[in-house]
Amino acid sequence: MPSQQSEPPDDRLARLRGPQPPQPYTARKITALTANPACARRAVLDAAGVDKALLAQQVGYEPRFGQSPFALAREQAFHGLVKWGGYAELIRLLREQLSVPVAEAHVTDLNEVGGNTALHVRERETRRLIAHVASGQDVRLILDRPVLTLEVAGQTAYLEPDAITHRIEGKFHVVLIRSFAAIDGQANPTAVAEAAKQAAVYVLALRRAFDTAGLPTEQISHEFLLVCPKDFSNRPYGRLIDLRQELDALQFQLTRLRRAEDLAAQLPETATLDTTRSTDELSASIEALDASYTPSCLSFCEMARYCRDEADGCASPARLGNGVRNDLPGIDSTRTALDYLDGVAAPGEAETEAADLLRAAARLRRLRRGAA
Amino acid sequence: MSVLSTVAALTASRTGRAEPLTTVRHQHLDEKPFVLVPLTLAGEACAPLAALVGTDPERPTLLTVRQPRNRAERFRFAERLAALLLAYIDGCRTETEPYTVGRGREKEERLRFQRAPQLLVPNGEGIAYVRLLGRLTRLRATEGPYAVDSSVPTLGKWLTWFAELAEFPNSGVLLAMTRLLAAHWATGQSPSEDSHLASLLAWIDPPEGSDGARAAREAEDPAVWPPAGPSTDPVFDRTLHELMTRYDDASDDRGREAVGRQIDRELSGQMLPTWRLMWRGVELLRDLPEGAHVPDRWALDRRWFSEYAEYLDADGRPQARRDQAVRAARRLARLEDAVTRYEAERAYDDPLVMAEYELTGEAFTGTVTARDEDRFVPGDRPGSQVWRPTITLRTSTDTRVGLAVGTEVKSPARPGQAARILEVRQEDDGGHTVVLQLKGGFANKRKPPAPAGTLAETGEELTYTTLNPTAMPSALPDEENTPWTHGGPPQPYEPTDEDAEETWE
Repeated sequence: MPSQQSEPPDDRLARLRGPQPPQPYTARKITALTANPACARRAVLDAAGVDKALLAQQVGYEPRFGQSPFALAREQAFHGLVKWGGYAELIRLLREQLSVPVAEAHVTDLNEVGGNTALHVRERETRRLIAHVASGQDVRLILDRPVLTLEVAGQTAYLEPDAITHRIEGKFHVVLIRSFAAIDGQANPTAVAEAAKQAAVYVLALRRAFDTAGLPTEQISHEFLLVCPKDFSNRPYGRLIDLRQELDALQFQLTRLRRAEDLAAQLPETATLDTTRSTDELSASIEALDASYTPSCLSFCEMARYCRDEADGCASPARLGNGVRNDLPGIDSTRTALDYLDGVAAPGEAETEAADLLRAAARLRRLRRGAA
Repeated sequence: MSVLSTVAALTASRTGRAEPLTTVRHQHLDEKPFVLVPLTLAGEACAPLAALVGTDPERPTLLTVRQPRNRAERFRFAERLAALLLAYIDGCRTETEPYTVGRGREKEERLRFQRAPQLLVPNGEGIAYVRLLGRLTRLRATEGPYAVDSSVPTLGKWLTWFAELAEFPNSGVLLAMTRLLAAHWATGQSPSEDSHLASLLAWIDPPEGSDGARAAREAEDPAVWPPAGPSTDPVFDRTLHELMTRYDDASDDRGREAVGRQIDRELSGQMLPTWRLMWRGVELLRDLPEGAHVPDRWALDRRWFSEYAEYLDADGRPQARRDQAVRAARRLARLEDAVTRYEAERAYDDPLVMAEYELTGEAFTGTVTARDEDRFVPGDRPGSQVWRPTITLRTSTDTRVGLAVGTEVKSPARPGQAARILEVRQEDDGGHTVVLQLKGGFANKRKPPAPAGTLAETGEELTYTTLNPTAMPSALPDEENTPWTHGGPPQPYEPTDEDAEETWE
């Protein structure tokens, strides 16, 4: 239909979402998207700014993500501590970690600009300040909660790193403040990896900001400063973490992401992701978007339990984990695999090797279980 | 994850019931294990909130911290846990038995306790909790401005000992129930879902009238089955937060005590379901017969326990914050050795585990079709003859034999007898004929006839494998003899004032 093709793509996503205000793209969403880039469902939901928790609830899956008031309080207290006294603790850590005589620095609070908290206003101000700091050699200014932008799957994401330092030894550093503890210099590796992935998103966005301003991106460090509590105390501890690997991975994944608009354009005209609509309408639209469920989705995606039931329904091997999936190459359903085992179906040529191995394993299982 | 466990998972996903992965239990389960179900405060590195502990399934002891941000209360929790755990450990230090170490001139007789402590926690995070709580408490000073009760650092040293041994697959002093169950059963869900104790047990032992798949999903609801800890359910945290605020704001002691009791009740309610699941898991595991090597491994645990108890009495300095290089290298070597040995022992004890090696071609099973009892071959000395009988095995039609001529193999049926593959021939029907030369294992006889039972009979079915549980471990010099190139003998860690003062907030 020609009328749809002429429609700006943004509108299509906005119409899918309905009258609800869009949920912003966050660094966390981008890392989740790159963790499972084949998932068209999540790509469209995020690009359209749909409230996934609410959507999951509407289709009968009470979301189980939530933050404990204790964790929230601890996080806020720790952030407050690092930023207290004009970022005194952060400046101390920079001094220790980068071994440079940073005696003092100014801090600009970018949580608001003249009372305005709108993202685009903060983003403009951030760009102005970056240009200012980058042009003068001696400007010592730490940006507190700046706003950067990044194109993701055809959408503009607004990102808010905790801080960006001024040029130290010729490099700008992204700072992340996290409240998981580093015990004897070692923090939970999963938490650190997640922080590093998010930091990579910020560094990439920062490079883009430099590019747009015509500034050399070599000034941006490929390391970021992770600040977290030391041992069992509340005292901030910092460590520079190399991001080159994460940056490469992220850039690669971002190029692989299918443009959300193209995915949305394939949906039927009646499709809707408006959370005020009926369960049936929503389910039909969600089903029209291909998901790529793996058990790891359960740890980060609000829709995961919906997708898991769907994967159960079509007996997808991936739902049983990577081990099973890898043992069933080319076999797209566990039911098919069981049919091969029972001998009620014959495997195709490409599946013969895997099916033979499965049958040999099943035979051994039968024999050796009896032997005991 | 092997293809055999994939087949088991596929079957489970069809039947809705977990499938056994083993025919025996590969871990020691003590008559009186010490079960620990911990909870911690969200957002903190290690802030104990509560625990259900004990050795009696009917009577768990409830430990709670009504105000987890209070340092004194935290140490009081550590003291109460110490009182229970240390008493349990002491209870294991009664009767001893002799054993020998070394060979030849270095042979030495030592004593080990007949019992050792066994700590059971719900999941892998529970092991991490034991390690963190150990780290937090073992370096504390018992005198000076930040003094704690003397039981606190002792608790820390023992907890660290448990946590360090938990990394060794052949040790059973600290075990996570989810890992233990998942090693013995395959479910029709993913390994990450198996780390949820309630849903894992739902697959293995579904409630009457339900199937495992459905029960497992129901078990995921935190309102019905609270998380097995140490992390709490965020929704429950809201209730707890409210109660703790009321506890702090209470105008008098009586009011505070009333809220305190309510906190205790709520926390207990969060842990009791897990406590029951733990003991259900123990029961299910006890129903499995014990693997043949399990008592040997437990004897090793008892030896380690005896040695550490002795060390604590004699020296008693705590484990360092971080391992020194020499210790770390030694530990890594021991760990690698333990893994190989454990894998081999498991396969020897359990035909279903051996089947994994048969599938990959590292083992094969066949029937003895012929034997040459009177065979002699030239020995190393010129003109000498040594007795080396052979047996011929015939494998079934579709068995793979992935081993080459010259390979040294052994059979779990006669682990003391070395065998060497002389010939492998594929037959027309697809099966293989394998000729094996045997050496030793004839009750010290050097010439025929072979004593009864030492030489396989015709018609006997045997499995041969390259796995060898008695392979000698790699040898490193004694710690005291660490060469100067490697920094010389490592010095034990001395806790500093900083350790004693370390904040716990």
